[in-house]
Amino acid sequence: MDFANFLIQTLNSVQYGLLLFMLAAGLTLIFGIMGVVNLAHGSFYMLGAYLAFSLSSRLGSFTAAILVGTLLSVIFGLVLERLLFRHFYHRDHLDQVLLTFGLIYIFEEARSLLWGDDVHGVAIPPLLSGSITLTENQSYPVYRLFMMGVCVLLAVGLYLLINKTRLGMKIRAGAFNREMTESLGINIKLIHAVVFAIGVALASVAGMIAAPVSSVYPGMGSSVLIMCFVVVVIGGIGSVRGALIAALLVGFVDTFGKVLLPQVAGMLVYMLMAAVLLFKPEGLFKQ
Amino acid sequence: MNAPTRSFSRRLLLSRSAAVAGASSAGLLLPQIVRAQGSKVRVGFMLPYTGTYAQLGVAIENGVRMAIAEKGGKLGGREIEWFKVDDESEPSKGVENANKLVQRDKVDILIGTVHSGVQMGIQKVARDSGVLSIIPNAGVLAATRALCAPNVFRTSFSNSQPTMALGKPMMDKGLKKAVWITWKYAAGDEAFEGFKDSYTKAGGTIVKELGLPFPNVEFQALLTEIASLKPDAVACFFAGAAAAKFMKDYAAAGLQGKIPLYGSGFLTEGVLQAAGPAAEGVYSTLHYADSLDTPRNKQFRTAYAGQFKLQPDVYAVQGYDSGQLLVQGLAAVKGDMSNKAALYKALETTVIDSPRGKWSMSKAHNPVQDIYLRVVEKGDNKVLGVAAKALADSGTGCKL
Repeated sequence: MDFANFLIQTLNSVQYGLLLFMLAAGLTLIFGIMGVVNLAHGSFYMLGAYLAFSLSSRLGSFTAAILVGTLLSVIFGLVLERLLFRHFYHRDHLDQVLLTFGLIYIFEEARSLLWGDDVHGVAIPPLLSGSITLTENQSYPVYRLFMMGVCVLLAVGLYLLINKTRLGMKIRAGAFNREMTESLGINIKLIHAVVFAIGVALASVAGMIAAPVSSVYPGMGSSVLIMCFVVVVIGGIGSVRGALIAALLVGFVDTFGKVLLPQVAGMLVYMLMAAVLLFKPEGLFKQ
Repeated sequence: MNAPTRSFSRRLLLSRSAAVAGASSAGLLLPQIVRAQGSKVRVGFMLPYTGTYAQLGVAIENGVRMAIAEKGGKLGGREIEWFKVDDESEPSKGVENANKLVQRDKVDILIGTVHSGVQMGIQKVARDSGVLSIIPNAGVLAATRALCAPNVFRTSFSNSQPTMALGKPMMDKGLKKAVWITWKYAAGDEAFEGFKDSYTKAGGTIVKELGLPFPNVEFQALLTEIASLKPDAVACFFAGAAAAKFMKDYAAAGLQGKIPLYGSGFLTEGVLQAAGPAAEGVYSTLHYADSLDTPRNKQFRTAYAGQFKLQPDVYAVQGYDSGQLLVQGLAAVKGDMSNKAALYKALETTVIDSPRGKWSMSKAHNPVQDIYLRVVEKGDNKVLGVAAKALADSGTGCKL
């Protein structure tokens, strides 16, 4: 593999890794702060992709679709938290697994009723289509650079929100000691609802921006959910920083594996996970 | 004292009658029904009517019904009773669904299906029960190779058949080094077998074999690799909506026009509109092409379009040929399906006058057919000629 090719595959890896991070961050945040194992996280990704598909054709603008879609996802997240998840924070993980596993089926069925079972494509907006020539016979699609930009922006925003704001301080305090935080007069219920909605929105936005490059199809949430769990397990459950490092690691192993070792590419990520767990059973960054 | 006894005896009665009903439905108590020639032929469709392949299922059923209707709507002089099961393209329910038709509905003929995984379930039921089974699409090799059966006939293709015609036209154009790309699953692997066979025999070298899990469509890393390998050509197997996306991504990666793209014909079937300009110049090989310029094909296309208000495709043709095969086979035995030897003989030897061109059955019950080379020009698949004349699947391992 020559240097130019290596460089472009590195870009591909980072792009895939960042997308996985957006999903894993929400998953690990909801677990780390509220202690909820959410198997339905992949469904939020699917929701985002279908929203992007429907809204971009209705509104005629991809940007508008992302903005409206994000708003709808936040509302969806808040409603879901109020009606269902709130009642499961203190329950056993097994109860949560049952609830969220059931939700996967409900969401799949609802998707089938609303959008049917066909595979759909979402067009890349004209402004972002086309590619940049990097070397004489290699070019890189502009849209993928845009995806990376969105992911980096959201990652930085998430970091600032949690580490530099009052709300972030309350979130961290609530995760650390719920009773103590509540006794200081902080509305922990509201904070939980906000964190949950952020998690849903992150997954949904990931689905929206991924829609043009990955198509929109039934069951798209499940394959991505498995990768998300791999990332969270490698990174250390509950750690956002761990999720970032692990997502990039998975991105590299998956991308280079596909190209260099196509025969075993499907297994490499799991082998990576097994290797990490062998030496660090709690993941790379234990919370 | 009375009440418990009564309820006991009632329960006993219920369970006994349930057992009787169960036994009779399983055919244990009733003597084998001797189906007289006058009685109806029971024909069962096991096809996908929902999900990604729903349109294919409908096209196949339309084709079958149309072919039989053209010959008076009867099979061997007998009226037809139709049965339908939606197989949902779900392999885990394959055996159960096939048994619904064979055990419950007692069909004489089972027509199905599209998905190769589901076909394996049908194959098991067909081999166990001996019911006459027609495969109108699924190309899984085993069905007409190691697991072939005297009562199973395929009217479509084997997965390696279309790609077996790719090698020669590619070498004729001086494309000596190729990269192969597909999904890593049975149909992809079997399509590769055909390509590898024909391309290496013609003198070509496969530089690299790329794959991704089914039905993943993130091609970016693989397209980057193709660009850096700079092969003379790329050959592939993709189908459905993902195929359109592959051609679009191929163009977006700057490869269209630079490295010629060849594929199993399913690459462009039904997705030319979705792929748009990205499909221009894509070469593919298949046993049919919409634009096949023969009177037979034109007549078929006009009739189909008139009847169903839909343009027919390769799947409709395969269904149509399944209907034709049944019409001719049952006519030969005058509808007497109990004369299995004569019936199978007739099905084996009959020549089908298909919109795709005349074809006949191989020893292993797979079509021996011409494979066409096509190229996409202005959004249409133009036929360039016959890439392989009377191509047969090897039928390796079939002992018929």
